[in-house]
Amino acid sequence: MAASFGVSSAAVAIADHAVKSSAFPLYSLSVIRSEVRPISGRVIRNRKSGKVTTNAVATQAENPASVASKPGHEVLLFEALREGLEEEMERDPRVCIIGEDVGHYGGSYKVSKGLAEKYGDLRVLDTPIAENSFTGMAIGAAMTGLRPVIEGMNMGFLLLAFNQISDNCGMLHYTSGGQFKIPTVIRGPGGVGRQLGAEHSQRLESYFQSIPGIQMVACSTPYNAKGLMKAAIRSENPVVLFEHVLLYNLKERIPDEEYVLSLEEAELVRPGEHVTILTYSRMRYHVMQAAKTLVNKGYDPEVIDIRSLKPFDLYTIGNSVKKTHKVIIVEECMRTGGIGASLTAAINENFHDYLDAPIVCLSSQDVPTPYAGTLEEFTIVQPAQIIAAVEQLCR
Amino acid sequence: MAQLTHRATALHKSVPAAIFAARHLATASTSPITVETSLPFTGHKIDPPSRSVETTPQELLTFFRDMALMRRMEIAADSLYKAKLIRGFCHLYDGQEAVAVGMEAAINKKDCIITAYRDHCIFLGRGGTLLEAFAELMGRKDGCSKGKGGSMHFYKKEGGFYGGHGIVGAQVPLGCGLAFAQKYNKDENVTFSMYGDGAANQGQLFEALNMAALWDLPAILVCENNHYGMGTAEWRAAKSPAYYKRGDYVPGLKVDGMDALAVKQACKFAKEHALKNGPIILEMDTYRYHGHSMSDPGSTYRTRDEISGVRQERDPIERIRKLILAHDLANEKELKDTEKEVRKEVDDAIAQAKESPMPDPSELFTNVYVKGLGTESFGADRKEVRTVLP
Repeated sequence: MAASFGVSSAAVAIADHAVKSSAFPLYSLSVIRSEVRPISGRVIRNRKSGKVTTNAVATQAENPASVASKPGHEVLLFEALREGLEEEMERDPRVCIIGEDVGHYGGSYKVSKGLAEKYGDLRVLDTPIAENSFTGMAIGAAMTGLRPVIEGMNMGFLLLAFNQISDNCGMLHYTSGGQFKIPTVIRGPGGVGRQLGAEHSQRLESYFQSIPGIQMVACSTPYNAKGLMKAAIRSENPVVLFEHVLLYNLKERIPDEEYVLSLEEAELVRPGEHVTILTYSRMRYHVMQAAKTLVNKGYDPEVIDIRSLKPFDLYTIGNSVKKTHKVIIVEECMRTGGIGASLTAAINENFHDYLDAPIVCLSSQDVPTPYAGTLEEFTIVQPAQIIAAVEQLCR
Repeated sequence: MAQLTHRATALHKSVPAAIFAARHLATASTSPITVETSLPFTGHKIDPPSRSVETTPQELLTFFRDMALMRRMEIAADSLYKAKLIRGFCHLYDGQEAVAVGMEAAINKKDCIITAYRDHCIFLGRGGTLLEAFAELMGRKDGCSKGKGGSMHFYKKEGGFYGGHGIVGAQVPLGCGLAFAQKYNKDENVTFSMYGDGAANQGQLFEALNMAALWDLPAILVCENNHYGMGTAEWRAAKSPAYYKRGDYVPGLKVDGMDALAVKQACKFAKEHALKNGPIILEMDTYRYHGHSMSDPGSTYRTRDEISGVRQERDPIERIRKLILAHDLANEKELKDTEKEVRKEVDDAIAQAKESPMPDPSELFTNVYVKGLGTESFGADRKEVRTVLP
């Protein structure tokens, strides 16, 4: 690569971006992000000279970073998803929504509210409670060229459709020798919520990650939710978009102009020097909460929201590892066989020489999520554990 | 025409057999013949169509040729499997050819067919070539799925053939999805979702049927009832083996699946029905001579007498042969010549397929994703981003 361009994040002032992007031409071979900031150069010196930034937490209040030169508008995450859906449905008449309660009810998390009134019952299709077959139906429709967005009311219910997702969604392009494309999006909320019980708190990303032929992304902010939704719909590959039950009401100011994010790109939430913390979805917020305390204690963590769960953005991750030499993965999957386990293996294989210490992977406990509130808190990773892990690692 | 016949007769000995069969097919008349189906149709919540089927000499001769080709292909596949040129699973369709040809005769290429793993003959019917079929079976790169699918994954997009699926019953929701797309795009076409008597007990079938009926999708569910679900007879697996009645509120029709003309009549009827009124179930009463797959001898759960009995009484090719001879559309010799010609065609295709090379090792990684991963992304400032992963 000609120069190691970094990925700027939501937390960085956008003014830089407006200036830099015109100065740096786009090379087709190097990896260039829309918000270009060089890692080396005066920015780092700024970091070291001044006091360590206290703006550790990303998308809490109004976030100037995700805004272009114009002010934009405030949305909640589910509204951002709906905007993305609506824009894509407007743009391409082949896009349709299939799921339970998506039409007249407006979606159990209001993601498709108002769309059935606008586009009709066939394009926003209320299905009976039959995940296996409506997923299969959507895949069959995709084989002919439609672009269905399949909603699982909760990701956990898609276990019933596992065969359709694995064999027909993921593998059909391969087994047909390239004859059929399956441009579906499978989306829905997953993850541990507030005392929803074991069956409604599942993390399907660990089960789906082995399926060849699908892409998996996890959104965490309104900005990336809309961008990833649009990218997923436009992609010719089947994409599973993981949302989180507890993140639907996050508020953020997003641009008025259209934007589409890259499905394979990770997001640098907070640049740092001491340790790389890799996370995604809701755990990003636990990490940023821990980061506040860590910053006060004098640590400088680099936080990356990996966003792309399959394939991993090893470029961004690798650059970070090469800089900090220490990695902590904070995930909501269970210890065994989760995204963290795969990521640990991938980083060890590719960047072993750059690591000063073994990778620390903080995951949920290998237990069904209990109903009792206190027990549920113990199953997932809490900020205190993240702080302790960083302190231990950076001794 | 007479002159041609005269000259051909005169050169009888020296002219190759191919010309005789070609003469018949090319010059056979299209004057209609009316034939009665062997058995009447039985309807469930619907008035069955009439037993009299309109056909033409050309169509009958085409039926004969196509079914002979399919039969020959399956027998050849049997030998290739035993010679270890075909590996893994191989499910043969001989005995059931009438369903494939009868269905093709009633529809066009814009109508969709989707079936399970016993798909070789339906692939042929939809426009697949023998070379593609044999090359795919032997895992060569000239196969219809580039050698990466195998026996259970034949597809032909241009011919409206959507496969070719290994998991029992999973193709039925896919088929209803094809019908959904046809309704969405307002095509005046239908989808035939085929499955077997074994798959008829799958829950997803009823889920899909419910949705198809709810939304009036142009889906026709075709149960190819060969009376054995793998190694288990239908009476041991299904409480109610009247599969055409299982749709409850969805009308059904029971058809003699060994009679190509009955199949053609039923499919035509079903297509008209589906375009107006939504889904319908067709139960094709048919039989497979081979076992479930090549690893199944097929004689542990049924007697050889039963198999030979069906072969004598109900064989689809014999039925058409008798019909052709009875109506004097061709003579014995000409039909035998057609069979010889078909045999040669199959042998040539196998020879050609054997010449086809194995897929290149780099093909292991092609077609996993549609080329290009992801999509072109851009920020609010419209700057394009292209991610190149290491």
